Amino acid sequence: MFDTALTLNDMLFLAKGAGVTLAITFFAVIGGTVLGLTFGVIRSHISPWMALPLTFVLDIFRSVPLLIQLILANAFQAIAGLQLSPFVTSCAVLALYTSAYCTEIVRGAIDAVPTVTRRAARSLGLTWGQDMTQVVFPMALRVALPSWIGLTLSVLKDSALVLWLGIIELLRSSQILVTRLQEPMTILLITGAIYFALSFPIARLGGRLEKRWQEND
Amino acid sequence: MFDYTFQWRQAYRALPQMLDGALVTLQIAVLSMVIGVTIAVILAVARNSKSRWLYWPATAWVEVARNTPALFQIYMAHFGLGSFGIYLSPFVALLAGITFNNAGYLCETFRGALRAIPDTQVRAGRSLGMGPAKTFRLIVLPQMLRIAFLPTTNQMVWAILMTSLGVTVGMSTDLTGVTQDLNSRTFRTFELFALAAVLYYVIAKAVMLGARLLAWRLFRY
Repeated sequence: MFDTALTLNDMLFLAKGAGVTLAITFFAVIGGTVLGLTFGVIRSHISPWMALPLTFVLDIFRSVPLLIQLILANAFQAIAGLQLSPFVTSCAVLALYTSAYCTEIVRGAIDAVPTVTRRAARSLGLTWGQDMTQVVFPMALRVALPSWIGLTLSVLKDSALVLWLGIIELLRSSQILVTRLQEPMTILLITGAIYFALSFPIARLGGRLEKRWQEND
Repeated sequence: MFDYTFQWRQAYRALPQMLDGALVTLQIAVLSMVIGVTIAVILAVARNSKSRWLYWPATAWVEVARNTPALFQIYMAHFGLGSFGIYLSPFVALLAGITFNNAGYLCETFRGALRAIPDTQVRAGRSLGMGPAKTFRLIVLPQMLRIAFLPTTNQMVWAILMTSLGVTVGMSTDLTGVTQDLNSRTFRTFELFALAAVLYYVIAKAVMLGARLLAWRLFRY
């Protein structure tokens, strides 16, 4: 079973797939974080009733399977005649999906900053912007960063679903190799090892950060 | 605005079939949760044990489940096991993949809950003359399940969403599978999948609401 027909070229093919996976994750996380920061700040500043439409829309992204979201978005961009490539569509969908979770993280982190601290900052003469960037942001970052790392990792794993739109990322390229070489176990094990190698060190880092920062609280 | 005519009637006509599919989806999710919770309790106990024959296999399971995509785990069950001459049907492969994933994530939830139970409780139980197994069953387990209840319901919603991945290994009876099947016949992709999205949303919300009610009923003093 372990003498394999896998060549160096095939490994390069897998590496290229891993590159696509990383690229999609990168764009999705960047876009999702920017959107999530915006929505999170908005949500923590207006009353829950006012934020209801935003909460509802973001909740949809968390209650509908990502695969369905991808298919819907792809069908919609065809209907609307936007002529987006599958890569752009999936980056956009994943970014919105990420932003829905990121909003919750940001809102929770901002709410974790005690109101009295913020009042103290304001009474010392800091403007709202200064209060946000120099008091709230550093304190909220400590709460948010471990969860944000977890979110990034889950986007890395969920990005495998874009294969349904025909993008050749890591898992899809392994399927292509399986079809050609007929060695599913070997190739899938290598693919799994690549995913594991990408995800595990960062997961460990996140866990350690969380533990270290809790000690100081 | 769009050069396209929406035909919602097609989707409406497909509704009974899709509701049948939703039932299968729920069935897989519930099954995977029941088996997943059972395995997760065992894994959580194994990861807390001092024996490395228990600790390392359990840790490996948890880390692989948490650090690889769920879709990869389903592929492993469906295509990977083929190398050993084991051919699982899409239903079994999907169930196995989601259960594997659930068990890994739930194990960490349960471990956190186990840590939250004071040691003195176990010692009190032991000094009342209960054996280790009896102490675990009557004192630790009920408290652990109470603490872990809400994270577990979140995992249940995750399990429902994960069942949609079955279509990639040829599952055609669950909600996504039925929708994809109808889609390949009618090509009304947007309408059909929009309806599927609504159904998933309703199922997820219903499960959350049911869990809230159950928690309120079970955990009041």
